Amino acid sequence: MHTLPEEHRHLLELVRGFATTDVAPQADGYERAHEFPRPLFDQLAAMDLTGLPFGAAVGGSELPYRVYLMVVEELSRASLALGMGLSVHTLATWAIDSYATPEQRQLLVPDLVAGRALGAYALSEPGAGSDAASITTRARRDGDVYLLTGTKAWVTHGGVADRYLVMARTGAADAGGISAFVVDADQPGMTVAEPESKMGLWSSPTAQLILDDAPVPADRLLGDVEGQGFRVGMASLDGGRLGIAACAVGLAQAALDVAVGYAREREQFGRPIGDFQGVSFLLADMATRTEAARALYRSAAERRDHASGVGPHAGTPGAGTGYPTTIPSAMAKLAATDAAMQTTTDAVQVLGGAGYTTDYPVERYLREAKVLQILEGTNQIQRMLIGRQLTAPRA
Amino acid sequence: MKVLVPVKRVPDTAGEKKIDPNDNTVDRESVESVLCPVNEFAIEEAVRLKESHDAEVTVLLVGPESAQPIVRKALSYGLDAGLQVTDDAIAGSDALGTARVIAKALEEQEFDLVLFGNQSTDARTCLVPAAVAELLGLPSLTYARHLEIDGGSVTVHREHEEGWDVVTSQLPAVVSVVEAINEPRYPSFKGIMAAKSKPLDVRSLADLGVEPEQVGANGATATMYEFKDRPPKEAGTIVEDDGTGAAAAQLADWMTEKKFV
Ligand SMILES: Cc1cc2nc3c(=O)[nH]c(=O)nc-3n(C[C@H](O)[C@H](O)[C@H](O)COP(=O)(O)OP(=O)(O)OC[C@H]3O[C@@H](n4cnc5c(N)ncnc54)[C@H](O)[C@@H]3O)c2cc1C
Repeated sequence: MHTLPEEHRHLLELVRGFATTDVAPQADGYERAHEFPRPLFDQLAAMDLTGLPFGAAVGGSELPYRVYLMVVEELSRASLALGMGLSVHTLATWAIDSYATPEQRQLLVPDLVAGRALGAYALSEPGAGSDAASITTRARRDGDVYLLTGTKAWVTHGGVADRYLVMARTGAADAGGISAFVVDADQPGMTVAEPESKMGLWSSPTAQLILDDAPVPADRLLGDVEGQGFRVGMASLDGGRLGIAACAVGLAQAALDVAVGYAREREQFGRPIGDFQGVSFLLADMATRTEAARALYRSAAERRDHASGVGPHAGTPGAGTGYPTTIPSAMAKLAATDAAMQTTTDAVQVLGGAGYTTDYPVERYLREAKVLQILEGTNQIQRMLIGRQLTAPRA
Repeated sequence: MKVLVPVKRVPDTAGEKKIDPNDNTVDRESVESVLCPVNEFAIEEAVRLKESHDAEVTVLLVGPESAQPIVRKALSYGLDAGLQVTDDAIAGSDALGTARVIAKALEEQEFDLVLFGNQSTDARTCLVPAAVAELLGLPSLTYARHLEIDGGSVTVHREHEEGWDVVTSQLPAVVSVVEAINEPRYPSFKGIMAAKSKPLDVRSLADLGVEPEQVGANGATATMYEFKDRPPKEAGTIVEDDGTGAAAAQLADWMTEKKFV
């Protein structure tokens, strides 16, 4: 943090103060109530934190993605549901901002950036998870509207979002036949199912959207072109996965903090358990793994910022050429979420029996870490992307 | 309306404070400096006056140049301008010396209301607001837990041990607020960014026409001769309940002895 420019340091101090004073003490309460912490999200909005990486024209702060991710990490350390909430909100907002027509951008993006509206991203379906190109929700043009029919699954913020990015098929049964629509929460013909009953992350609702000939105005076809929905979906995941990596690092750090505190206090055999090498080596590995994951997501973010021409590398060769950063993002997501899984599991171990109870937050962290290895592409899918690139035929 | 909010730089309330044995003042290097937390309540009240009365708010800080980030921090809540009085001769001022500088700085300003925090978290004298009012010959309304502006007058609920009094005066007036008055919001990121380009006026004692002898360690009416570390905590009395009810009597005796009851 000491190497950051002053304004970024002030931003992170602001976020850390908010996270420790307001978010952390309430995180467990929202979890147990299975309730999305919308008042906390609204506070993020009041602090101008919901549109950090977006352009000034839509009300954003034009910050490097790297700095936005540090904010996500800091929030996730206090509440994964809130940190991931900001990440998913940004994922949806980025997709709309990047692919909208100028009129759509004017109409749909500013209130997402200002956080007055909460965003969501609806790609997965009951029959199409890892194989996202196989979605079957249909969008049929009918005069001034598209009639959408099908079921979108696993939608984070389902039922609490104000605006959904919905992928549906307008053409052939392949990736090129998919289009993206921006659908408001009060869309006639769309209902939200009961939220899924999950292992963890309870205060981040996950629900299906059921579309039954829902008449979505044709001007809500993102970019006013059919067939680019899959591209929109995948391109936004490049940023989204960095968000998940930052979430994972925040979560791992939270687990490490609790484990270290406990190891210094708890005595057995007449000494603090942290004095035993068996415990201190565990802590050392947890800390190193977390720091490695942090370094990886930040370097991936730097490449992304370079590609989009913002940050300290603006003006250097290749900057701003928009080259894809799919692989660094996949690597960061894979490494950080695996690190979070291992670190939260080890944190439970350090706390012994206490770690297995709800008196301490580490059992919750462990349950929360698991989902990060699954969403926005399972870690098998990340490995598939990375491996495919390594073994692709050379041009 | 025009509002002035005097703020102070203090050592981080949560940090361990040290006294510098060379000049018997708080060692500013030993702990991080922050905007006095009580000031945040005065700032919040000023921000509310911006919202309700379109108030124009200037933040005033008496302190060394290195305290400028504290002025910017105060501005990040959305205040309009900064005024900093900086002079080597100010170092070591007591409450009255500080009040003299603030009063002189205020004499040059147009204002309807001065909004202080009732005390600073380092010195905790609660003297400065009333002293400034006295020096300026203005009404002093201290310990406000509620504040209302009505045309040319201000009404506060003045907190005391048994509740509060309702006090009204004409403007201009000097008010000090207590923490019960509101719940300060966080600055926004855009507020932080905007604070950098807000006007900030820096004045010296000579600019204000303050004689250096009246302030600083030399002008101080209170002198610190000696200091000691706080004595270590002694073990408390432990009352054990043996089931006979004797513990209750023991507790009652202890409370009587300590004059709690
Ligand atoms: C809490 C939560 C929130 C979510 N939020 C969203 C959201 O906001 N929007 C959204 O669109 N989706 C969301 N998802 C969905 C998530 O992206 C999918 O769950 C994920 O892509 C996996 O799809 P699936 O569950 O259908 O598993 P499947 O694809 O059925 O996979 C099952 C298993 O097979 C493995 N597998 C599949 N294909 C391969 C392969 N080719 N090679 C190797 N292994 C393979 C997988 O890795 C996995 O282990 C969310 C999911 C959860 C649990």
